[in-house]
Amino acid sequence: MGIENQTNKIKGAQSVEYGNPPYILEYASICGKKEGQGPLKEEFDERSEDDMFGADTWEKAESALQEKTVRLLLQKSGYQNTDIRYMFAGDLLGQLIASTFGLLNFEIPFFGLYGACSTMGESLSLGSMTIAGGYADKVITLASSHFASAEKTFRFPLEYGNQRPYSATWTVTGCGAVVLGSGSSAENKKKAKAKIRGITTGKIVDFGVKDSMNMGACMAPAAADVIQKNLSDFGYTVDEYDKIITGDLGYIGQTILIDLLRAVDIDISEKHMDCGIEIFDSEKQDTHAGGSGCGCSATVLCGYILGKIQRGEWKKVLFVPTGAMLSPISFNEGQSVPGIAHAVIIENREVQ
Amino acid sequence: MQVKDDKELSKKYNDYVKKVTKTTSLPKNMFHAFLTGGIICTIGQIIMNILSDYGVEKEHANSVTILILIAASAYLTGMNIYAKIGKYGGAGSLVPITGFANSIACSATEYKAEGMVMGLGCKIFTIAGPVILYGLISSSVLGILYYLLGGINLWG
Repeated sequence: MGIENQTNKIKGAQSVEYGNPPYILEYASICGKKEGQGPLKEEFDERSEDDMFGADTWEKAESALQEKTVRLLLQKSGYQNTDIRYMFAGDLLGQLIASTFGLLNFEIPFFGLYGACSTMGESLSLGSMTIAGGYADKVITLASSHFASAEKTFRFPLEYGNQRPYSATWTVTGCGAVVLGSGSSAENKKKAKAKIRGITTGKIVDFGVKDSMNMGACMAPAAADVIQKNLSDFGYTVDEYDKIITGDLGYIGQTILIDLLRAVDIDISEKHMDCGIEIFDSEKQDTHAGGSGCGCSATVLCGYILGKIQRGEWKKVLFVPTGAMLSPISFNEGQSVPGIAHAVIIENREVQ
Repeated sequence: MQVKDDKELSKKYNDYVKKVTKTTSLPKNMFHAFLTGGIICTIGQIIMNILSDYGVEKEHANSVTILILIAASAYLTGMNIYAKIGKYGGAGSLVPITGFANSIACSATEYKAEGMVMGLGCKIFTIAGPVILYGLISSSVLGILYYLLGGINLWG
């Protein structure tokens, strides 16, 4: 269709560069009440006043949130569910029940993913590889989290009168979803909002932190590792990017990330942004170290970041959602909390 | 595969993390706990004094006071107020009987959705369970010791 097919390249140790970068054709985000009062409130498509999303349990609420977000995404994009070849989705609940029940009705072939809070990076990576490999024309990738269902899964019942340490983060209630389309289709090119140049897949990194209330410290080494690999695999310097955006490291994680990279002579202090820091006003909203959860990076991507890229305010960013790989069982059995991070290079559609 | 000296790395990193992690101020927390715990106990004392004024026996007044505090704590838990008190008061609202009641009431409301048996029934003591179990064990051990040392005479 008039577009030359370029071959994909395996780059360095952990990266892929796409010959025809898959397009981000549409994106949608819905957030909860607290996020809707935060500094990014204008960026989201919808702000729900009701954190139950019309359901009667927190788990069903998160499913309803996912379903609503995908409906909105399809409506915004003008596609039918039959136009979508695959869905790549995940959440934080045991056995991915939020995604399972939330996406059941769409009848789209489904891959359930668990990458803790890095899931949006994981789903974008696998979705874009599927498209660039020629196995689909359009896919949906999404991730969600819900404050109440995550507290119940990982911490205490909501009404328990305990104190959270300053290093603790606040799980974001929200869902962000993206339609990815083949980069070799002229029709997709017309609708493109942004494109995915390449990815760097992170390794599981364990520096032996056991404090699940300090997840920034657990995840920062993984983020540092994947950012470093991304730069070396692609032969880039930090100046290549307008922003390097991590998922939910929070204030403490940000300090650690910058320090860790400085130790290997990479200075990202001018370029770094963290979705968890941006989404809440830590002082006014009492969120301590910042926001967290799959929904944190997903909503900030599908609200704030893609908006900036679409308008051309940012030409090229490195999006690095970060996850803390623990379960209540591994934690109780005294295991450490390893981290993971996946990097996705997102560009403005005009960038060559 | 390169084998790293994991223990050394872990220790070095954990020490570093400790340095950059902001912690809460102990004197401030202790003051909040003192104030909150003190207020709860004062309320208890006031209730007990009022009951005594109405002629309730001391032992009964004690039990009734505890029941009133537990009911009040459960009510405040349901109204989303006790969690806020707990955030401010810390151990001051955790240690008195009201904290114990909060830990049970919050589990009850949270797990009710999973059913009356497998949800509420099984999980109501998720937080309070250890307190009950180890409280019973330690009081039993102390009771036996007390008996052996001649503190009580079971056989009249």
